[in-house]
Amino acid sequence: MIGFDGGRLAAVARKEIREYRRSPFIIGTMAVLPFVFMINPLVVIFAIGATVKAATVARAVGGTFLVLLIVPAVIPATIAAYSVVGERDQGTLEPLLTTPVRRGEILLGKALAAIVPSVTVAYVLFALVVVLAHLFASNPTVVSTLSEGPHILAEALFAPLLAGWSIAVGTAISARASDVRIAQQLGTMASLPPLAVTALVSFQVITPTFAVALGFGLGLLAIDVVMWRVVLAMFDRERLITGARAQGRAWAPGGGAPPGVVRRIPRAGGTGGA
Amino acid sequence: MSVVDAGSSAPDELSTGGASTALAVAHLTKRFGDRTAFEDVSFTVASGEVFGFLGPNGAGKTTTVRTLGTLLAPTSGSAVVAGIPLSEANGTEIRRQISVMPENPGLYLRLTVQENMELFAGLYGLHAPRARIAQALETVNLESRARDLCRDLSKGLRQRAGLARALLNDPAVMFLDEPTSGLDPVAAREVHDLINGLRQRGVTVFLTTHRLEEAERLCDRVAILNTRLRTVGRPEELRGSLFRRSLVVEMAAPLSAPEDVFTNQVGVQGWTSDGTAAYVLSVDDPRLAAPGVTRALVAAGADVVSITETRHSLEDVYLQLIDEDPEARR
Repeated sequence: MIGFDGGRLAAVARKEIREYRRSPFIIGTMAVLPFVFMINPLVVIFAIGATVKAATVARAVGGTFLVLLIVPAVIPATIAAYSVVGERDQGTLEPLLTTPVRRGEILLGKALAAIVPSVTVAYVLFALVVVLAHLFASNPTVVSTLSEGPHILAEALFAPLLAGWSIAVGTAISARASDVRIAQQLGTMASLPPLAVTALVSFQVITPTFAVALGFGLGLLAIDVVMWRVVLAMFDRERLITGARAQGRAWAPGGGAPPGVVRRIPRAGGTGGA
Repeated sequence: MSVVDAGSSAPDELSTGGASTALAVAHLTKRFGDRTAFEDVSFTVASGEVFGFLGPNGAGKTTTVRTLGTLLAPTSGSAVVAGIPLSEANGTEIRRQISVMPENPGLYLRLTVQENMELFAGLYGLHAPRARIAQALETVNLESRARDLCRDLSKGLRQRAGLARALLNDPAVMFLDEPTSGLDPVAAREVHDLINGLRQRGVTVFLTTHRLEEAERLCDRVAILNTRLRTVGRPEELRGSLFRRSLVVEMAAPLSAPEDVFTNQVGVQGWTSDGTAAYVLSVDDPRLAAPGVTRALVAAGADVVSITETRHSLEDVYLQLIDEDPEARR
């Protein structure tokens, strides 16, 4: 069972966000990529004529959803792929691991810092597309299709779940990679497979209903949980420092205390107690 | 020559009385597959002691620090760190009581000094973190640079920021891994002053270093590691156990009959000369032997330029032990 300390979690997440804000690469990715991915859906839905049949409109809007879901899949993967190997590269991983912070707190703190802005960007992007379609789309079916309950539910559920998957995969790659750029390239590619699932819904191979959206959402959630367990197991202090797991007897059984010397020592004066 | 073993007995042989023990290491070994990083290492460090950990590159110093800092699991042996048995279950509690400053202080360069401190204050769960951060920065004279990005700091200032960070949790044991590596003499001296300041505050410091003069100046005791522990003791004890004490007598001109002057002098065990006007006398106690030698030289009509005691440095001790070590010659 892994316990979390809210203060440590917040400290990790705050640090991550502060670093993002000062990283031109991350700011660039967060700011530019979503707009690049918005261009194609807008062009497609604006190009739909007023007389186009509802089935064709539905297919086009499905494609729009798929493109919009690439954003929460790709952005956090790029960030997460940097998260561990980047720390190792800077030499900050070792000081971080010598504090009382637990591995789950590091991972969750980093994940929160990546997932919150990514999902926010995804929702804002979706809202923008709906608003722009409402204002400028010539076919009224576009707006009604975009605003269908199952589609909105799918967007609401899939965005954080896809981001969760991407962050888990990105972090796993980052924990094992020795080079930041390779980690980011692999992380981006590895974040895409779950989009295949959403593609089935988006292209109406499976008819989007509340039940289908919910079902696929639960499926993604299960995959995320399994993936995070794998990442947690990989996030081993020894492996992160040396690149290999501990061999032989890992720790002295029963604490390994030499008899007669187990005693807390008093703190030095000066800065007061923790 | 046998290895000096002062204070290197395993902790289970130690008495529990007297000064409290900050670190107790018993037969600790760490292997990575077939490679042995360090083996059968035993020593103790008293609370408030500045303990130097010396050794050549690849001797296992950093791996020892990482093991005692709970980053690596020992292959065998045991240890007590800050009064807590070294075990996976105790990892978080041990890390709460210690701080580790690696060779690279590992600051987040995109963050300010203050932000770096805030992160670690949060990780240690400190109460009133602002006051603690201010105090730590003041200790290392860095309060005026608190709002500077770490990437804008010089290497010496980064080292000081790393030390401030290591002070934040008021550690019972502070591990400093090569804290003056790559620093210029002025910056290194500032770090030395800080370590002396820690000693005065009673902080236990475990200092790994390549700089032997640094260890000699700062450390109460030193250990020399070369995969296995070669020696542990006070620098003067190590010198005394490895080298005979001697006097160097320099004359204006060579003595015509040095054997008449030096033989049978009280406290003089023997003498050598390289053929010039200088003589090296092996003595038990230079303070006892020097007056008699001086009188004998004056009585012989010799012109004495100087009589000095030979001082073997910690570097001499280190080189002697490492040269004797078959592993070092491989």
